[in-house]
Amino acid sequence: MVEHGDIRVVHRGGSKINFRKPVITNDSRFLLCASGESVKVFSTSTEECIHDLRGHTDLVTGVLIKPSNHLQAFSCSADGTVRLWDFTDGILIKTYVIGYPIFSIHASPHHEGVIFVVTPMQGDKRSGELFQLVAVHLPQSGDQLVEARELSAVLTGISSNPAATVFGRGGEYIASANGLQLEVYFFKKQKAYRFSLKEDNKKGGKNTFTCVACHPNDDCIATGHEDGKIRLWRNFNHKKEYTYSTLHWHHSAVSSLSFTPEGTNLLSGGIESVLVQWRYNQENQRDFLPRLGAAITHIAVSPDGALYCTSHSDNSKELTSVIESKPLFLTLLFRPRAGESVGTDLMIDPRSKSLVLNGKPGHLQFYSLQRDKLLYNLDIVQQEYIHESGLQQFEVVKAAFDASGNWLATVEERKQKGAELELNLKLWAFDEQTQSFVLNTTISAPHEAQITGMCFSHATDSQTTMLVSTSKDGHFKAWQLAAQSQTDGPSWSCDFVGAYHGLVPECCSFSADGSLLAVSFQEVVTVWSPASWELLTTLSQPPKAIRNLCFGRLSCSKYLLGTTDSNLLCCWNLLTCSLEWSTSMDVSLLLADPLSENMAAFCCQAGCTDLFVFKPSEPRPLFSQKAVCSGMVTRAVFAPREEMLESCEESSQWLNRSQLYFLTQYMVNNTNRSAVKEKKSAVSKRLVIDDSVAMTPFYLLLGKHRQQQQGGDDPQSGVSAERTPLPQGSVAIKELLQTPAHVLPSTSFLCSMFVQSLLISVTDSREESKHAEEEMESEKEEEDSEEEIESSRTRPEQQAAVGGGEAAESAAPAMTKAQVRELRRVKKLDHSWLAGLLDS
Amino acid sequence: MGEFKVHRVRFFDYMPSAIRAMAFNSHTERLALVRADGALEIFNFADHYFQEKVIPGQDGRAVEALCWVGQRLFSAGLNGEITEYDLENLRPRYTVEAYGGPIWTIGSNKQGTLLMVGCEDGTVKMFEILKERIQFQRNLERQKGRIVSLSWHPSGTLIAAGMMDMIRIFNAETGHATHRMLVERGVGASKSREVVVWSVAFLSDYTIISGDSAGKVQIWDGLTGTLVRTHLVTKWDVLCLSVSQDESSLIAGTSEGTVVQFQFISSTVDQQEEEWVRTRTFKNHSHDVRALAHTETAVVSGGMDTQLVVRPLLDKVEKNTQESAMRKIALPHRSLVCCAKKAGLLLFQFPDHLEVWRVGESDGHGKPGDSLPVKRKPEKLIQLKGKGGDHIYSSALSPCGEWLAYSTVSSVRLYRLQYNNISITKVSKLPKDLCLGHQLCFSSDSTKLFASSRHSSVIVVALNQLECKYLHTLKPKSGSRQPVHLLCTSEDGKWLATANTDCEIHVYDLHKRKLHCTVPIYSSCPTAIAIHPTTSHLVVVHADQQIFEYSLVQKEYTEWSRKLQKQGLHSLWLERDTPVTHVTFSLKNPAHIILHDMFMFCIIDQSLPLPESKTLLYNQMTLRSLPEQERIRHSHAFKICKNFKHVMCVSLLEDHSLVVVERPLLDMMSQLPAPVRQKKFAT
Repeated sequence: MVEHGDIRVVHRGGSKINFRKPVITNDSRFLLCASGESVKVFSTSTEECIHDLRGHTDLVTGVLIKPSNHLQAFSCSADGTVRLWDFTDGILIKTYVIGYPIFSIHASPHHEGVIFVVTPMQGDKRSGELFQLVAVHLPQSGDQLVEARELSAVLTGISSNPAATVFGRGGEYIASANGLQLEVYFFKKQKAYRFSLKEDNKKGGKNTFTCVACHPNDDCIATGHEDGKIRLWRNFNHKKEYTYSTLHWHHSAVSSLSFTPEGTNLLSGGIESVLVQWRYNQENQRDFLPRLGAAITHIAVSPDGALYCTSHSDNSKELTSVIESKPLFLTLLFRPRAGESVGTDLMIDPRSKSLVLNGKPGHLQFYSLQRDKLLYNLDIVQQEYIHESGLQQFEVVKAAFDASGNWLATVEERKQKGAELELNLKLWAFDEQTQSFVLNTTISAPHEAQITGMCFSHATDSQTTMLVSTSKDGHFKAWQLAAQSQTDGPSWSCDFVGAYHGLVPECCSFSADGSLLAVSFQEVVTVWSPASWELLTTLSQPPKAIRNLCFGRLSCSKYLLGTTDSNLLCCWNLLTCSLEWSTSMDVSLLLADPLSENMAAFCCQAGCTDLFVFKPSEPRPLFSQKAVCSGMVTRAVFAPREEMLESCEESSQWLNRSQLYFLTQYMVNNTNRSAVKEKKSAVSKRLVIDDSVAMTPFYLLLGKHRQQQQGGDDPQSGVSAERTPLPQGSVAIKELLQTPAHVLPSTSFLCSMFVQSLLISVTDSREESKHAEEEMESEKEEEDSEEEIESSRTRPEQQAAVGGGEAAESAAPAMTKAQVRELRRVKKLDHSWLAGLLDS
Repeated sequence: MGEFKVHRVRFFDYMPSAIRAMAFNSHTERLALVRADGALEIFNFADHYFQEKVIPGQDGRAVEALCWVGQRLFSAGLNGEITEYDLENLRPRYTVEAYGGPIWTIGSNKQGTLLMVGCEDGTVKMFEILKERIQFQRNLERQKGRIVSLSWHPSGTLIAAGMMDMIRIFNAETGHATHRMLVERGVGASKSREVVVWSVAFLSDYTIISGDSAGKVQIWDGLTGTLVRTHLVTKWDVLCLSVSQDESSLIAGTSEGTVVQFQFISSTVDQQEEEWVRTRTFKNHSHDVRALAHTETAVVSGGMDTQLVVRPLLDKVEKNTQESAMRKIALPHRSLVCCAKKAGLLLFQFPDHLEVWRVGESDGHGKPGDSLPVKRKPEKLIQLKGKGGDHIYSSALSPCGEWLAYSTVSSVRLYRLQYNNISITKVSKLPKDLCLGHQLCFSSDSTKLFASSRHSSVIVVALNQLECKYLHTLKPKSGSRQPVHLLCTSEDGKWLATANTDCEIHVYDLHKRKLHCTVPIYSSCPTAIAIHPTTSHLVVVHADQQIFEYSLVQKEYTEWSRKLQKQGLHSLWLERDTPVTHVTFSLKNPAHIILHDMFMFCIIDQSLPLPESKTLLYNQMTLRSLPEQERIRHSHAFKICKNFKHVMCVSLLEDHSLVVVERPLLDMMSQLPAPVRQKKFAT
C-alpha cells in the first residue's frame, strides 16, 4: 500500500559554486559552474539557475565548452568520468569513462578529438601530490557510455590546480606552473622548457606560482605569484634568453589571471577583491573595479569579451559588463561559514521564514530555503571591511530573534592580539514600512568577556520582551526594552545582572511560556524566575560542564534537557526538580523543534554524526539514523514547513511540521523524506498538487481543513480536523451537490464524506484516535501526551496550549460558524465562475 | 689574530659626487664616467671593474656628456667647451670652444671621423677628428630651442636630435632637418611645461627611441617620422637611454632610480616580426639614474646617489657565478687617507681641500670588543684649501708628520707643518722637474719625496730644513707610457716600488739610484703594494684578489707565495668584489701582513697553514668559541675581521694601535638630496 517513506539527507543547497572557474557560453547567455556533484547552468540575464546537470557521482572538478561545438560542454569529475552535456536543454549526451580521478580538464580547438585531463600519477599511489596531464583521445562512438582508454601522458609532475595549466596561442603549447617552476611544452617540437624562480627574493616576496594565463595571439605567458606579482614571460622558446617583466599591484597572492579574448587586456584578482585590468603592452594603464565584496577566486571572460565573471571566496559570482563598466548583477549565493570557529547559529526568521546566518563579513544573510536563494544581507557591523588576510575585524558571533520576529539581537566582537576584546550588542527592530531591521540600540561592551549565549524570552503574550545574555565574565544579564522620556522612543537597557558563585555561565534558555529561565553555570543549572529574578532551584549533574540546554516544548515543557561534556544527556523534571532520566551519549548539538515536542540531538562519533530525534517524555527515540553525514554538524535548525505533510510513518512523522536543516563543513543539508510514492487517501494526493489547481469550492473546503490542521500549534484553532464538518454537514453537502461533477474528487472519497456527514456527531475517543492516526501525527502526539499528563498543576496550561479532546468539543461550534461564512463567500464567488462555465 | 687598540675613525666626511655621464668602450672594455665635480674615472671591466685612472675635476667645469672615439675620450660640458683627455698623463689634453653656448650632448659617427655636439643655441656642430686635435667643420641647420640629445644613425646619413617638445631628424650630408616629430607633453599640471627629450637612440633599422621628461619611452619610425609606440615608464623623467651592441635590448634610466629594460622580441615563436617589449625593471638606485651603459652582459648605471652599479643580465651570463653577481662601487679604489705612523696623524684628501687630524688617545684597558674611554679627543689640526680651482689628485704626509705634499693636474705643492703652535708654511722653491705628481710618497725617514711623473718615471727630491733639491729621476726600462698609480718605499729606505696600469711593478734601488728589478707581469692590475720592513719582500695584491710575495733580494717569488699559488686561494676570498687597497706590516710580528678592502680587514699569518678549499674562511667567531688547544688546530693563515664596514684605510701606528677609517654608506646617503617623491605601498 504505502511504500516505506524513508528519511534521507538531501543536500539542499548553498553548495560551493566557486570551486572551479565558471564558464560563460559563446553567446554569453549562460554561465556554467561546477557545484558539488552537479553542474549548474545559470542565466546571465536573470541570474536564475536554469539547469542542474546531474550525473556525476563525485565532485565535479571542471567544466569546459566543447571547442568543436559551442552548444555542448564537457564536465569532469573525481569519479573518473568526463561527461558531455547539452547545457541548453540539460541533457547528458555522452559519458566517457577514463578510470582515474580527474582533477581538471583542458581542451583546445586545435586538438580535434582530444581532451586533456589532469589525473594523479599512476603507479605511485603513495605520493598523492603528483599529477600528470594526460591527453585523452575521445573515441568516435554512438554509444552513451564510452570507455576512453587511449591515454598518453603529456606533462608529469604538475599541479592539480586547474588555474596553473593553460593552453597557449593556437594550442601550440601548454604552460603549466607548479611550485616555483614554469613548464612550457610545445606540441609540434615535442619539447618542454622549464623555468624556475628562486624561492623568495631579498625583500621577502614569495615567488611561488599561483596561476597562469596565456595571451591568445602573442607568445606571452602571464603568471601570478604568491607575493602579488604578475610576471609576463616572453621568449620562452629559449633555454636562456627567456625574459619576463614584472607587474606589481596586488599585495597578496594573485589568485586568478585571465586575458580577454582579443588579448588587449589582462585581468587579475586576489584577496583585495579588486578586479584589475591591465592594458596589454601598456601595463602602466590599469583600471580597477573595486569593492567586489570578497576575495576573487576565479575570473572568466565571455568569448565575445563583453562579460567578465568573477567568482569570490564568499561563494558569490559577479558579472561585469565591460561596456558599461559596472556590475551588471550580483548573484550572492549561500555562504557556508560553519568551517570557521566563530559564527552565529542557524536561525529562522519568524517573519520571512528564511534561514539566517553569517553572510558577507560583518553581515547577516537572509536566505530563502524554499528557493535556495539569498534574499538580502543585513549589515550588522556597519564598518568598512578591509580585504587583507591576517587582520582581525569585527565579526558577528551571536544573533537571536524573538518569537514574533520583531526584534533581532546581534553580538559582534573583535579580538586583536594584545588588545582588549571589543564587544557590541546591537538590537534591531523590525520596521514594517521598510520591511527590514533598523538599529534600535547599540550597547558597547555589554559584558567584560566573550558572550557565550543569548536568547530572547519566547512568551508571545507578554508585552515586554526580554533578552538574556551570558558571558565568560561570570555574569548573565537581562536586557529589557524601556521607554525613555526622550523623543527617541524605547530603547534597551540592562534590567538584571545575575551571577552564581562566580562560575562562568555557558548556556541560557527560556521556557516556552517565558516563566522560567535556565542558565547553566558549568555543571550547575540554575533556574530563575524572570518576573522576580529569584533563583528558584539549581539542578546539577556532575562532573562535567553543561554543553547544551533546552526546554521542552508544548506538552513537554516541564522538562529541561541538558547535555554535558561527559557524554550525558539529562532530562530534568522541573515539577519535581529531579532528574527524570539520563542517557550516556556524546551529544554535540541539541535543539528543540519549536512546533512540536521533538528534540533533535546530533552525536559525533568517529568522524560521523548520528542523529536522534526523541520526545523528552518518551524513552524511545522517534527516529535515529547512524552516520547522517560525515564530519561534525556544528549548526542545525528546525525550519517550519510552509505546508504540513501528512505522513503516518512513525519514523518520519516528526518531519511533518518542520524540516531539519543542518550545516556540515561545506554545505547545508536537509533531512527530507524521499518521495512518498502513494498515499492512503485521495485527499493527500490533492494536497500534493493543490498549488496548481484552480480554486474550487471543494478545494476551499478541504484546503481550509488543512490550514487549520497546520495551524494546530495555535491554541485557538487546536481542533481536530475531521470533526469540523460534522455538525454543518448538510450545508456543505448541499454546496457539494451544486458543484459540477467534473471538478469533484473521486466518488469513493465523497461517499465516505457524505456518510460521515450524515452521522450524528458523537465523540468517540476510540474512533477519534484512529482518525488522528490516519490524518496527522501531531494530533496523535497531543493525545499521547495528554494521556501521560499526570500532574494536575500543569493540566490547565496544557489544555489551553494544545487543546485536548474535551477542548476540541467545545471549540467545534465556533469553528463551524467560520466554516459557514467561508462557504457563503465561496457561493457568492461561484456565480461568475459558474456563469463562465455555462457560457462555454 | 692578536689584540689591537683600534682608533675607529668616522670623521672623514668624504662624499663622492654624483655620476653625471658615462661612456663604455666595448673594444677596450673600459668605462669612462664623469662626476658632477668634473672628475673622470676609468674602470677596466675586463679586470674586475678596477678603477684604473682618475682625472680630477676643476671648479666650474661641469661635464654633461662623454664620448669615446676609438681610444680617445672626449667630453663636453655646460661651459661650452669640448675637452679631449690625455689618459696617459691623466690630464685634459686640450679644450676647444664650440661657440654655441652650453653643450648638452656629444656624439660621434661610427667611423670615428666626425664629432657632433648639441648646443643651447639650437645648433648641431660638427667637428672633424684629426690626429692630434679636432677642427670645426660646419653647423647643421639651426633650430629654435636647445639640442638636448643626439644620435647618429650607424650609416652616418641621418642624425636624430632630441629637443624641447620635439625630435628632429637631420640629413647629415646636407645638414637640413628632414622630419619634425612632436613629443606629447605630460598630463595634468605638467601640460604647460615643455617636455625635454633627454635622450635619443637611432637604431640601424631606422627606429628612433626617445626618452623624455614626461616619463615616456617612445619608439618612432625614423624614415617616416611617425610614432610607433609609447611606453609610459615613470611619472617622472626618463633621463637616459642605452642600447646594446646588437640592438636587441634597450635600457632606460628614470628619476625614480629604476632602470627599465626593453627587449626586441618576436611576439610569437615562429614569426620574424619583432617589437620592443618592456621586460625587466631594475631598482638599484635611490635617486635619479643619470648615466647608463649597456655592455654585452650587464647593465651599468649611475646617478645622483654616487654609486656605480653593474647589474649582470642573467640571460647573458652563467648563473650563480662570480660573473652574475651584482656589484656596487661606492668608494674609490685608491687610498684617500694617508697615515703618519710615527706622529699619529691622518691626512684626508677631499677633491678641493685636505685635512690633517690627530687621532684620539685613550689609556684605558678593556676586554676585546669594549669601547675605551677617550682621554683626548681627535682634533682637526689643519684644513688646507687647494689653490687655483684644480682639484687635488694625490697627497702625502711624511711619517714624521712635518711635511705635506699634494698634487693637482698642473702642479705639486709642498708644505712644512709645525704642531707646537700649529703653523703651515709653503715651500716656495720647488725644483722645476717636480711639476707632475700622479702619486706622491715620502721616504720613511722623511728626507725624500718621491713623485711619479710621465711615462712611469719617478722624480726623487731631497728634503731638509733649508731647501728641497731635485736628486734624480728613476725610469723603467719597459718604456710604458701608462701612469704610475701605486708607489711605496721600504722602511729602511733602500727600495722604492712603483706599479702602473700596464700591470708592471718596478723596484728601484735607491742607494744605487737605478732600477733593481721588474716583477713578472701578472695579467691583473695591482691594487696595493708594500715592502716588508725586515725581510724586504714585496707583497702585491691584484684586482683579481691574488696575492704575491716577491723577494727583492733573490728577485724571485718567495716560498710562501709559491705555496699559495700552488694551493690556490680560498674561493670565498676570490669572490670578494672590492679590491684590497692597502697593505701594511706589523712590526711586532714580522709574519703578519695586514690588508683591507671595503668590507673587512685581514691579517695574513704566514706562519700558519693556508686554508684548504673546504675549510671555513671566516672562522674568527668559531675560533673564539673553541678551547685554546683546539684553536691552533683550526686556525689558518687568513684571519679576517668583519667588524668594520666601508673601510677606507687600515693602518698600524708605531705604538701598535690600529687606525681604521670608516665611511659608512648610510652617512653618505643621508647627505644626498631628497629623492623624487614616490608613493610607497601602505604609507
